[in-house]
Amino acid sequence: MEQCVHLEFEVAGNNFAQAGLASDQVKSTLKKLGIDPQDIRRVAIAMYEGEINMVIHANGGRAYVDIFVDKICINLIDQGKGIENIELAMTPGYSTAPDDVRALGFGAGMGLPNMKKYTDVFNIESEVGKGTKVEMEIHFR
Amino acid sequence: MIAKKDFRTVILDPEKCKGCVTCMKRCPTEAIRVRNGKASVNYEKCIGCGVCVRLCPHHAKLAYYDSFDEIHNYKYKIALPPPSLYGQFNNLYDVNYVLNGLLEIGFDEVYEVGRGAELVSSVTKILLDQGKIKFPVISTACPAVLELILARYHNLKDNLLNVLAPVDIAAKLAREKAISKGIPAEDIGVFFISPCPAKVFSLKLGLGVRKPYVDGVLSVGEVYMKLVPVMNKLQEVKPISKLGATGLRWAVSGGEAEAAFRGKYLAADGIENVLNILNGLEENELKDIDFIELNACAGGCVGGVLNVENPFIAKARIRELRKRMPQLDCNLLSDEGKGLEYYLWEEEPDIKNIDRIDEDRMTAMQRLVEAEKILNSLPQIDCGLCGAPSCRAFSEDLANGVIPPDTKCPRV
Repeated sequence: MEQCVHLEFEVAGNNFAQAGLASDQVKSTLKKLGIDPQDIRRVAIAMYEGEINMVIHANGGRAYVDIFVDKICINLIDQGKGIENIELAMTPGYSTAPDDVRALGFGAGMGLPNMKKYTDVFNIESEVGKGTKVEMEIHFR
Repeated sequence: MIAKKDFRTVILDPEKCKGCVTCMKRCPTEAIRVRNGKASVNYEKCIGCGVCVRLCPHHAKLAYYDSFDEIHNYKYKIALPPPSLYGQFNNLYDVNYVLNGLLEIGFDEVYEVGRGAELVSSVTKILLDQGKIKFPVISTACPAVLELILARYHNLKDNLLNVLAPVDIAAKLAREKAISKGIPAEDIGVFFISPCPAKVFSLKLGLGVRKPYVDGVLSVGEVYMKLVPVMNKLQEVKPISKLGATGLRWAVSGGEAEAAFRGKYLAADGIENVLNILNGLEENELKDIDFIELNACAGGCVGGVLNVENPFIAKARIRELRKRMPQLDCNLLSDEGKGLEYYLWEEEPDIKNIDRIDEDRMTAMQRLVEAEKILNSLPQIDCGLCGAPSCRAFSEDLANGVIPPDTKCPRV
């Protein structure tokens, strides 16, 4: 069987101070493997944006991360309010973040577009009232 | 030049070390283990921040620096006092007392590092205007922070301000000045008076320079003890200081950023805060910041462990002193008559891989999987009893063969 490091994180809702902890842990693992810094940067950005999304919109969720020799698979699953129109949500600059969140400098409408931009595989499924699932893969050079 | 791994940034006094977990738990790069009841440092991982020296309740951790007597190996001795030194003295209203004191205790010449700092500020302004360095530009004056970035945040390499440290510029100019006076090069000894162990090792090894510009690095504490008695008895105080308020402000966190940059900057100090900012930078946060000043010590250089005074008191004194200092005009660079190149890194400092488990990614992966397996069998309370700072570190030490394979967790 292919070797893989599996990491799981609980992302707490509405806790901005803790957002990024999962990303930090994943980065630290990738550095131990000697992954190219540019790939680490892509992972860090995609992962952080995903974490922040769950903090802002879904009252938290879980991150499941599988690190292989040649790629990383990140699954972000929440039981939040879901996304009504995914196409619209993927439009750069489109945001439904409340004003108080924007005042913190978040919610600029670049989260999902950035996650797509920095990953090699990006899938999103969402059901209103049930939650959202994001699947991302980044292939290492 | 001395190889990094052979250089001892901090030294242990085994008599005093009780084998407690204080230093090990707080080391920002997890460079410390407790083996056979004594702390031991992996110098490859040490960035010289001095946290362990500051925290050790038994005073068993000592920062490495040169003995004051080393100055006598040279006929012409030049002292390089840092701006933070001026914050160490009670009731000091004129920095010339300190400079004259240095001449009294055996130096032939002084060159203030704060002057070097003002020059760095002038150069930084030009570089920021040129916009060739990736934004946000990260300051490189704190060698512990620079080491940390080179060791762990390779992504941020292009953001580094490629200007020599103020002390290197001061040393370079001071030596040239002495030579131009006709003093034979081999007679000249240039000594920095350091507030921290990071500056000791960075100057000994040379960071961004082809070869070290200083001949020795002394500690503020030791020089202070010699200065105080003579400063009180000075007959005549010659006005030799060339320092301005801007250079003095460098002693305190925010001084560098404030001097160099009118745009959006941030200044973070204390190693944990620095780590926070660096992690955020990797995640593309802080998008609207243009200049970032980072200091490993809380408060900035006044917080260095080789100082004698409480950093907050030193900071208050620096603030008072600044009111009496001139604001130098911005023609500093043309006064010195050197081109921009003179102040820039002579070579890129080496990137290091302190985290990487193995050159071969497959091997690293196998070890990491093994470590994860071990970790899952551990209590994950990071008590430190095993001699590693966390259960994760213990499992990795085991998987990497750093400790014997039959080593057991004392809590299981």
